[in-house]
Amino acid sequence: MSCGNNCGDNKSSRRSFLASMATGAAGATAGLTLAPGITLFSPAQARSKGEAASSKVRWGMLVDASKCDDGCTACVDACATENGWQGHGNPATDAQWIRKVKVTDPAKGTSQTLPMMCQHCEEPPCVDVCPTGASMKRADGIVLVDKHSCIGCRYCMMACPYQARSFVHESVTDQRTHAPRGKGTVESCTFCVHRVDEGRQPACVEACGGTKRGALVFGDLNDPDSEISGKVAQYPSQAIRSDLGLKPGVRYMGLDT
Amino acid sequence: MSREKFKRIEGRSPAFLALIAGLGILVLLGLGSAWTMEHHGHVITGMNNRIVWGMPHVFAVFLIVAASGALNVASISSVFGRTAYKPLARLSVVLAIALLMGGLSVLVLDLGRPDRLIVAMTTYNFRSIFAWNIYLYVGFIGIAGVYLWVMMDRTVARFSKPVGLIAFVWRLALTTGTGSIFGFLVARQSYDAAVMAPLFIAMSFAFGLAIFLLVVMVSSGGTGRELGDATVRRLKNLLGIFIGAVLYFTVVQHLTNLYAAEHHAVERFILLDGGIFTTMFWVGQVLIGAVVPLVLIYAPVFATNRQAIALAAVSVVVGGLAQVYVIIIGGQAFPLVLFPGKIVSSSAADGVVAAYNPSLPEIGLGIGGVALALAIVAMAVKIFALLPKTLADAETGPT
Repeated sequence: MSCGNNCGDNKSSRRSFLASMATGAAGATAGLTLAPGITLFSPAQARSKGEAASSKVRWGMLVDASKCDDGCTACVDACATENGWQGHGNPATDAQWIRKVKVTDPAKGTSQTLPMMCQHCEEPPCVDVCPTGASMKRADGIVLVDKHSCIGCRYCMMACPYQARSFVHESVTDQRTHAPRGKGTVESCTFCVHRVDEGRQPACVEACGGTKRGALVFGDLNDPDSEISGKVAQYPSQAIRSDLGLKPGVRYMGLDT
Repeated sequence: MSREKFKRIEGRSPAFLALIAGLGILVLLGLGSAWTMEHHGHVITGMNNRIVWGMPHVFAVFLIVAASGALNVASISSVFGRTAYKPLARLSVVLAIALLMGGLSVLVLDLGRPDRLIVAMTTYNFRSIFAWNIYLYVGFIGIAGVYLWVMMDRTVARFSKPVGLIAFVWRLALTTGTGSIFGFLVARQSYDAAVMAPLFIAMSFAFGLAIFLLVVMVSSGGTGRELGDATVRRLKNLLGIFIGAVLYFTVVQHLTNLYAAEHHAVERFILLDGGIFTTMFWVGQVLIGAVVPLVLIYAPVFATNRQAIALAAVSVVVGGLAQVYVIIIGGQAFPLVLFPGKIVSSSAADGVVAAYNPSLPEIGLGIGGVALALAIVAMAVKIFALLPKTLADAETGPT
């Protein structure tokens, strides 16, 4: 999942790619000039294979808790299917990259549900404490675990305020090629990085949209014209445990606070 | 002390061979436990995604903390110039190395991927206190080894004070690092406190000296060496002070938390209604780990009673394990606070106290680490001249 040793090798190809963009259809849309006058367009924020993530982008998610229904697990199911972390029937040890949390106000007696997953913090404590650097944050803000250098010490799980990480407690089967897993290592929500790099939406966002609820919005928080930036600017939203100053990439609105 | 005042043990008696055999079996059981855990995965342990560190960590942290404390006797001798402790200095260093090796073995064998130890040794994230600890632990073993060398080789004996000073400072850094593993965890209500570092240092003083005292008593008795009352009195009085220090920092730890309203719930959990954790705190840590040994150490009726003093040391060890259990397991069992003031529930047991039932392989691995440490000491005193021929009062002097 990390760029590993390929980062340096990719610099030249990145430069040539950017140069082709400049001579071709420069602007917000990434395009590749095939021949004079013929340009192949790709989704606006897709990256070519081998291209390093850019800090110009800050991927984030906005959860509208007022649209999230109790009993709906579309996001959880989609994530499990997409990333192949179906459990063994034991919630205590099964991986849960995303879970539905029910929040009840004892004073009012009202409840809400919302999805909880890796909050992709700007200052991730899991990355700080990881002894080998397996826990890492990409330039575009996505927090990942390098499955090749995780030694399974679980210190990141001790450090995460959101209980967002899972330890793989037993052998895994039916792995997805885009989401490698391994017994004895730690894992968590990747924001469906394999999809995002192709310019697609995370599986949970797509599934939530499919239910017509549309409680999840994903996009570039650095892009003032993105839907997520517009909503964050327009509506009050908050980070969970904002007191910790971790600046999560996931924000919540519609909370009954 | 002249050089011939130390002597290897014979190591041929049936009792010694039985000891080595017994420890060897426990080490093998520990290795078997680790293999079982790695083969089946941690699903066979009591650990889960809430209690991510379990019994192996209780044993490992206890041994690592005790290791740095075991070095204190050597430090008192060479750094603070108390010659009465000099006959015990070599054993002190060897015990420190052995305890650290036992603790690290448990820690490493509990990893999800112990086969990737080489990754941990070659790839560092220097923002991680864990990565720093790898240096602190390995460095400690190296420095302690040099310390032992300058003690045993008269040609380099002049370096014993500076090397002893380095070892003393290093051991303080090591325990600070171990305490900071918890102190740096901002997310958890029961950690996230700077007092964890000095608390762990006080714990190391007490646990390390208690184990040292027991090793001295057993090795003296087992090899027919005389152990004078003066030596025992010095060590037990020192142990009493260290127990008091642990109590002091424990009081500070909880009073500080009680002052902050946001920590009231976790304090209530540990001190009042946390079930097994409350019991382990009051009965294990406070009663068995502090009150009982303090009575045994300071009550005049037990003044020279060796059984009472040995029992005091055993109590400190038992209470110490309870204390580490409360810190590590209790700290995780208390739920993370996602929405302060709200009731939270989920499929991942948000908002409720996490269940933890330690499994046999976990406990087996931990005991294997203890056995490894003791086996290293037993073999070391047979191979090297580490034990003084006598600890009679006339030899050790009045101070």
